[in-house]
Amino acid sequence: MTAAPLADFLDASIRSATPLLIAALGETIAERSGVINVGLEGAIIVGCLAGLATASTLGPAPALLAAAAAGVAITAVFALVAIGLVADQIITGTAITMLGLGITSTLYRVIYGDSGAALSAPTLGPIGIPLLKDLPILGRPLFQQPLPTYVAFLLVPTVWWWLYRTHAGLALRATGENPAAARAAGARPRRIQLWATLFGGACGGLAGGTLVLAQVGTFAEGMSAGRGFIAIAIVALGRWHPVGALMAALLFGMASALQFLGQALGLTIPYQIFLAIPYVLTLTALGIASGRYRAPAALGVRPNVAA
Amino acid sequence: MTRTHAVTRPLLDLLLAGVLAVAVLSALLAISGYSVRDALSALWQGAFSSWSVIASGTLLRATPLLFTGLAVAVAFRAGILNIGAEGQLLLGATAATAMAIAVPASFGLIGTMLALCAGLIAGGAWAFVPALLKVRFGVLEVISTIMLNVVALNVTGLLVRGPLQEPTRTFPQSPLIEQALRLPRLMTGTRLHIGFALAVLLAIGMAWFLHATASGFRLRMTGANSRAASSAGGVDVTRVTVLAFVLSGALAGLGGAVEVTGVTYALYENLSPGYGFTAIAVALLARLNPIAAVGSAIVFGALEAGASAMQREAHVPAGMVGVVEACVILMLLASEWVGERLASTTSWNRGAPPRTPEPSSVSAAPTPPSP
Repeated sequence: MTAAPLADFLDASIRSATPLLIAALGETIAERSGVINVGLEGAIIVGCLAGLATASTLGPAPALLAAAAAGVAITAVFALVAIGLVADQIITGTAITMLGLGITSTLYRVIYGDSGAALSAPTLGPIGIPLLKDLPILGRPLFQQPLPTYVAFLLVPTVWWWLYRTHAGLALRATGENPAAARAAGARPRRIQLWATLFGGACGGLAGGTLVLAQVGTFAEGMSAGRGFIAIAIVALGRWHPVGALMAALLFGMASALQFLGQALGLTIPYQIFLAIPYVLTLTALGIASGRYRAPAALGVRPNVAA
Repeated sequence: MTRTHAVTRPLLDLLLAGVLAVAVLSALLAISGYSVRDALSALWQGAFSSWSVIASGTLLRATPLLFTGLAVAVAFRAGILNIGAEGQLLLGATAATAMAIAVPASFGLIGTMLALCAGLIAGGAWAFVPALLKVRFGVLEVISTIMLNVVALNVTGLLVRGPLQEPTRTFPQSPLIEQALRLPRLMTGTRLHIGFALAVLLAIGMAWFLHATASGFRLRMTGANSRAASSAGGVDVTRVTVLAFVLSGALAGLGGAVEVTGVTYALYENLSPGYGFTAIAVALLARLNPIAAVGSAIVFGALEAGASAMQREAHVPAGMVGVVEACVILMLLASEWVGERLASTTSWNRGAPPRTPEPSSVSAAPTPPSP
């Protein structure tokens, strides 16, 4: 194998991994607080449309913030019902995903007409890090990327530090394991869960914005294509740890990049196999690792309503 | 709960959901600048305007929703959050197609039944995987079923481009199932097939199973409180969980088999426009009651059939129905909260016993066994 296809492969892996990593880091925080947000898919798709709609007037970088805001907005509905009204998180999340997919396809047609003509948004070009970008093989995949990729990689240590080295992070982890005990220790579980979930929504929206503004450059109905669900799988495979999420996101990124490599090398393996492998791996890993690592104890548990 | 209450409550829920859906839809239409009158009239035309429209539109769309709605309801009743009905349905459809292609057309109805059995078994087998992961390794079924949905979609995508592809090898779909192997029609002159009757019979059977058999009682007990069921009730919770999960998957798989042999006559990737997810709304609206699920499947079936007509006649994006469905689910969840609040503040002075939070068995996601 020559260097060019390998660099291409790594480049494609990082590109596919970026939105997944951003969404998964947000979901890691939410799940560590005990909230599983299956509506992440909905946050991603509204992020996509918000990114497209604001890119031409605001420019692509501020449009990323608009995408994150849209993710927060739809996740606020989730938080209202699942945390505020203590409804079931899975059912609420499923509804939020349906809401996001429905509302974006409707708005897209209402705003841009019946034909749903492909609109292009200005995109964020790659930013090269001087010297490092010229490294052989790794230079381009790691140091010649658009802004969101760097944001994603900086988020990993930030989230880790916040989760494991701050008081707030400790309170959040305690809430995810045992909300009653956290409350007894002076934390405010519902408030913590609210902020954690909204942060997850912001990350979901940002992931959607990344997809449109740094990669595709346009919107298509349902373009989130299950990335929210993949991100939830990544959180589990990464064992609810930010560094784990990084590894798992790279694995999923590589799996979807393998199809390009396969084409470049002239292999005729159906792409569905590459797309299905990471899920099978994740399920296997979850089964094998179950004895040592597990989900936050209070994940998805609905507190007693009467209390 | 009195007997009349048990009958009128689900009916009122359905009516309320129908009214809510129309109200939300009207608001959305008005906001987006469509003619509410034209759009709603198209919806009515597409869902209820004549017996043949009801049969070929509403009831036809309600059929897969009823199969998957029952699948979700029985799982939720057992405390299992199976959101993998989509994948189970798809694999059921795939297995049924494979069987229908393999058997000669001369088999006739026996061939059809073999195809349905294949779908049933495939759906059940696919649900056995998350069931095993749950009871053996404590993997949350929410996470595993989400992932298995994607795997199922890719398996189907692979097969319709490989071994199950139609003979000209142009389109990613299976060859058409022979006329003799298709499900017979229920009403002549309409597209409604006997799969609908089968689904209704299954709903009745499920209600009987849940409320009149010891196994059904054990299933409900496990869902209500698995620890109590195991310690005080002597229920083998692991066994009940696996069997309920497999039963749920089998129902969804049968739904997929019925869809290919009764409606599409061929397998392709986008066979299901999210039946497995709408099923959650169906089950929830029915408050996990199998008989009420028939009604709620028809409500959502009407909405989806009407949406196609709205898109055709009034150019209203079909995605709007997804928004309506989502709003209905969210409002039902909110109304449940209001109901619980009212019950907890008024029950003491009326002397009524506190409401048993039956559907909330869903919410207490079973925690994985500690290592």
